[in-house]
Amino acid sequence: MDKNNKNFQTSKAKSMMGRRAFVATTLAAGASLGLASERSSQSQSDEPKKGGTLRVGFTQGALSDSTDPASFNNDFMFAYAYGVFNGLTEIAPNGELVPELAEQWQASPDARIWTFQLRRGIQFHNGKDFVAADVVATINHHRHINSTSSAKPLVADIVRVTALDSHTVVMELGSGNADFPFIFSQYNLVIHPALGDSIDVTSMNGTGPYEAKIFDPGVRAVYQRNPNYWKPDRAHLDTVEIILVADPAARLSALITGAVDLIDRPDLKTLHLLKRHPSIRVEQTVGNKHYTLPMLSDIVPFTNNDVRMALKHAIDREEMVEKILKGCGVVGNDHPIGPTVPFFNSDLPQRSYDPDKARFYLNRAGLKTLDVKLHMADVSWGNDSVKAGVLFSESSTKAGINLQVLREPNDGYWSNVWMKKAFCGSYSGGRPTADWAFTTTYARGVSWNESHWDHSRFNQLLVAARSELDQALRGEMYYEMQGLVRDEGSTIIPMFGNYVLAMNKHVRHTEKIASNWDLDGQRFMERWWLDA
Amino acid sequence: MKAILIMVLQRLSLGLLTLFVVSVIIFSAVELLPGDLAQEILGQSATPETVAAFRAELGLDKPAVTRYGQWLFNVASGDFGHSLANGRAISELLASRVGNTLFLAAYAAIIAVPLSLILGILTALYRNSWFDRSVNVLTLSSISFPEFFIAYILILAFAVKIPLFPSLANIYPDTPLGDMLYRSALPVMTLVMVVVAHMMRMTRAAIINVLASPYVEMARLKGLSPFRVIVKHALPNALAPIINVVALNLAYLVVGVVVVEVVFVYPGLGQLLVDSVSKRDVTVVQAVSLIFAATFILLNLVADVLAIVTNPRLLNPR
Repeated sequence: MDKNNKNFQTSKAKSMMGRRAFVATTLAAGASLGLASERSSQSQSDEPKKGGTLRVGFTQGALSDSTDPASFNNDFMFAYAYGVFNGLTEIAPNGELVPELAEQWQASPDARIWTFQLRRGIQFHNGKDFVAADVVATINHHRHINSTSSAKPLVADIVRVTALDSHTVVMELGSGNADFPFIFSQYNLVIHPALGDSIDVTSMNGTGPYEAKIFDPGVRAVYQRNPNYWKPDRAHLDTVEIILVADPAARLSALITGAVDLIDRPDLKTLHLLKRHPSIRVEQTVGNKHYTLPMLSDIVPFTNNDVRMALKHAIDREEMVEKILKGCGVVGNDHPIGPTVPFFNSDLPQRSYDPDKARFYLNRAGLKTLDVKLHMADVSWGNDSVKAGVLFSESSTKAGINLQVLREPNDGYWSNVWMKKAFCGSYSGGRPTADWAFTTTYARGVSWNESHWDHSRFNQLLVAARSELDQALRGEMYYEMQGLVRDEGSTIIPMFGNYVLAMNKHVRHTEKIASNWDLDGQRFMERWWLDA
Repeated sequence: MKAILIMVLQRLSLGLLTLFVVSVIIFSAVELLPGDLAQEILGQSATPETVAAFRAELGLDKPAVTRYGQWLFNVASGDFGHSLANGRAISELLASRVGNTLFLAAYAAIIAVPLSLILGILTALYRNSWFDRSVNVLTLSSISFPEFFIAYILILAFAVKIPLFPSLANIYPDTPLGDMLYRSALPVMTLVMVVVAHMMRMTRAAIINVLASPYVEMARLKGLSPFRVIVKHALPNALAPIINVVALNLAYLVVGVVVVEVVFVYPGLGQLLVDSVSKRDVTVVQAVSLIFAATFILLNLVADVLAIVTNPRLLNPR
């Protein structure tokens, strides 16, 4: 506890140094707690070994999970998607986009027409050749008029998809998008074999590294290595078994007793005890997952940016990272772009807790005090959501803000509270590009614009940057947009959460792992190995 | 004998009526919960457009009465239908889980029922001795702790500290019986500790109650041993309340073990029900609820029949 407090103190002292410095401090803190030992123990065996069975205890997954890619919405299904299938593109561990089933792609000068050359000689598990028709069918499954896919907004801008020949696909967009190939790294958009105009949603036939031997939603899945996998340096494990263990204590005891080799989301409250266990390694990755407090900008008092700024200064971010995330995270700067995303603006000063400034903004808004209600449920930020609200309430009292935290039921939260109540809690898994993050949540009128924010300069820049192929110019625009969201946006983003994993000594991976999702971007099945 | 048969038939038809009422109540309860299947499944991705497409696809846009009527008609013709959430046939979804739940309940009952009867008889026999008191203290403490607490203690003791049993009771359809018994040892221990107290205390109380009767006095005066007095003379007349309590606990072992299932990751019906309620998958909720309700009805019926068999006076109420 003492040590943690000290880290907390130092990070607080250095928070004036700007975000990058702070991230470095917190990372160092993370390293002293686990990353360092991981690095040193791993450097000895960086050569992947073949074979073995990896048993994983997962938190998320439900009986209602279906093999329809339109419905994928939890880790169990993300692992299935990347384990059994491939996308057209892939997010590499360093956050860059690399080719997967698409060998290369070109855009028209206005970034509106995209041509993808597909890799040749690839077969599905059942022996069928992978061709352009499969890509067309997969995309159409998500974009047809009655689609229930959560990826529908991603592909909504596609006007036409055509197969030019057996291994070339042309996609025409409504408007230019320089980041367009990124969306094909999404778990929903993994390529399924065509069945007529669409795909067979019950089929588990993919081109991926593993074949599903047992797929029992809500219970477990067993995957066996695809002997004909086309990537030469991937898929080291013979078998991967994923067991759903929703209860955190059960997951922990399963790891300690050796029933599984790896668990996701270990209980943060007992993490310091787990780290003492001699044969267990705890690892953290700074991810793009961030926690948000959207204020509906079209509802009084949040129509006034001074009120929003007052609230942004009234939240103690460092304390929240320390007490809610137990140090497994970094402070946020009120914009959704994580430090590993291309075009992350490192020049923006880190915003910190300042009740005087909050009071100043409150006065500028013509208010002496402010009464607001914050709606939180366990699903909004995880199990400590309401506690986080209470912390916020305590820190804002000093600024003359009377913040009342209301507990909402988990059931129907995303339909009845989120984007309905003026001030509530939410989170985002993070997006691999600035455009994607801004477009899904901050652009005018999009369905996930959780703060109903509508900023003309921002919207203008967003469209301009999207079709701009000059990277330097794009960078400038994204820098400005991050500043706009930070200073004029209607969302408080107090912190980014780390992805935390616990595993036994035999589990190995490359030095750098991806941060777009948990577990190496959920591609651990094809990237990781066992050393014994 | 004929009277019993008539009673059984009466009770079975009443049971059908109860099932109908249960299905109506469960259906309305699920309807009353905030959010519907489309919204719960889509979560944050629930745009008005996709929600509408979802509802149209599954017929969720029709009025509740129509949907209930349709469901009832299908069930009456023997078809439980498909899960709304993932389209799997409910019969397939339930098959292994019903088996697992019954296996766990039977496994626990085979240990718990004889154990509590024996303990009950012994504590009645040696009542107010140190043995009686310590058994009472032990069983009452174990029933007082929440199930998950007992489960965690057992895991700590017998899986982590002394690695005798696995902490995950992950049994699958292809698991051999021996393995099943071994892997579900800890959940069974937990359940036994939770249900023994109730049955044991009832056995003890019922026997002590009967021991005050004149005919027991008579048996004692004849010079019979205390054990014989209790087993041959007192117990048969104390059976009716004991049978009822045993039935109640058996029903609990089938329907009330969600917490144990979660802690030990045991794939039973409880977990299925919780999952389906949270997704508003009403067809699955209905099917599981009907199984649970039928369990209660049947076990109560069996208990009553057995009580009457052991005490025919109950057939002719005055």
